[in-house]
Amino acid sequence: MATPTEFRLPHYGEDPEGTHPPLDYAGYRSTALRHPKQDLVLLPQMLTEVTGPLLGPGRLGEFDNDLTRQHAGEPQGQRIIVTGRLLDGDGRPVRDSLVEIWQANAGGRYRHTGDRWPSPLDPNFDGVGRALTDSDGRYTFTTIKPGAYPWKNHDNAWRPAHIHFSVFGSAFTQRLVTQMYFPDDPLFSQDPIFNSIPDEKARRRMVSRYDHEITQSEWALGFQFDIVLRGRDASVFEEEEDDE
Amino acid sequence: MTKLLPTPSQTVGPYLSIGLPWPDGPYVVAEGTPGAFWIRGTVRDGNGDPVPDAMIETWQADPEGGFRHPDDPRGEASGDFRGFGRCPTTPEGTYGILTLLPGVVPGEGGTTQARHIDVSVFARGLLNRCVTRIYFEDQDNSDDPVLATVPEERRGTLIAAKTGDGYRFDVRLQGDGETVFFRV
Repeated sequence: MATPTEFRLPHYGEDPEGTHPPLDYAGYRSTALRHPKQDLVLLPQMLTEVTGPLLGPGRLGEFDNDLTRQHAGEPQGQRIIVTGRLLDGDGRPVRDSLVEIWQANAGGRYRHTGDRWPSPLDPNFDGVGRALTDSDGRYTFTTIKPGAYPWKNHDNAWRPAHIHFSVFGSAFTQRLVTQMYFPDDPLFSQDPIFNSIPDEKARRRMVSRYDHEITQSEWALGFQFDIVLRGRDASVFEEEEDDE
Repeated sequence: MTKLLPTPSQTVGPYLSIGLPWPDGPYVVAEGTPGAFWIRGTVRDGNGDPVPDAMIETWQADPEGGFRHPDDPRGEASGDFRGFGRCPTTPEGTYGILTLLPGVVPGEGGTTQARHIDVSVFARGLLNRCVTRIYFEDQDNSDDPVLATVPEERRGTLIAAKTGDGYRFDVRLQGDGETVFFRV
């Protein structure tokens, strides 16, 4: 005989319209052959979707959150401290959670075989960092302000300076890869990746804020960048279980 | 409670492979683990060309159908099964994940979900991840509530084919045989 057992699973509400870019965005040429043309099918949020990998300290090495100390010498460029909180839409900190970043060097070049534009590589900079959020959801990186770089998307195309961020949250539905930009960048107006976000206010949420409190005297400029993931509300989930 | 607005998604760009892959990323379980098999496949674009700058991430239950996660109301699964795999594509657009067969997982309203793996696809040219699911051709998928919502003629794109050392699951981002992608 089967008795329904009530599970309370969290449910992660959909983000407001205009928050995320469309997969088909003409301004960014590479989407043309890579966006699905069929309609997406709604995936109900069940156990696989409301859980997710909890990747703890085992992923971190000693200097993973200080990209200026990963080599014998110091990298070229403007030293910066980037800090912020990983939060869900209800303002709850996402604790003990892995944050991964990657970026170009001060000259706008990535340490990648595919990056061939003639700006020098920096032998003292890999551009790769990892950190774990603390009990308040806060992460901190010390790094170098990345340079702008050209790409072939359109005539005289340059990417605004940015740092790639990858976060997991605590559920599959919260997985997010985004880019952090710097305040008042003159290149925003011509960048299709930045401008692919339909809602202007959502777009501005990818722009970090200069913070004089974080700035360290004669050492580094400070920037604040909070990352907000979907919020959750409890929903009822019923399972038939054998009553023995 | 304060409501905060979410941070938008952006593409991983062409250089995701400097920051995201881990040496042990493709190994959800260590080589030699009893029952372990490879899921391999190729990611292709609308021309049918391989996508060399993509990354596949997988998330799944353990072989008993449990998740090592505090939000699993049946209690956290024991053991150290990571459940998570991550593999960038090669210049030929291929990936491989070594894992164990996930268990059967309860669905909504007393249903049972067939053995499945949730998948995220990231790539240059994808402004947001694409989400899909892997099912297995030699398992019973007949009563799966998610597959049931997928148009019958497209369900095959979610079903991994048996191979010599595991399964084959190709991803077609666009065009003929386009993979079914989900809104989560």
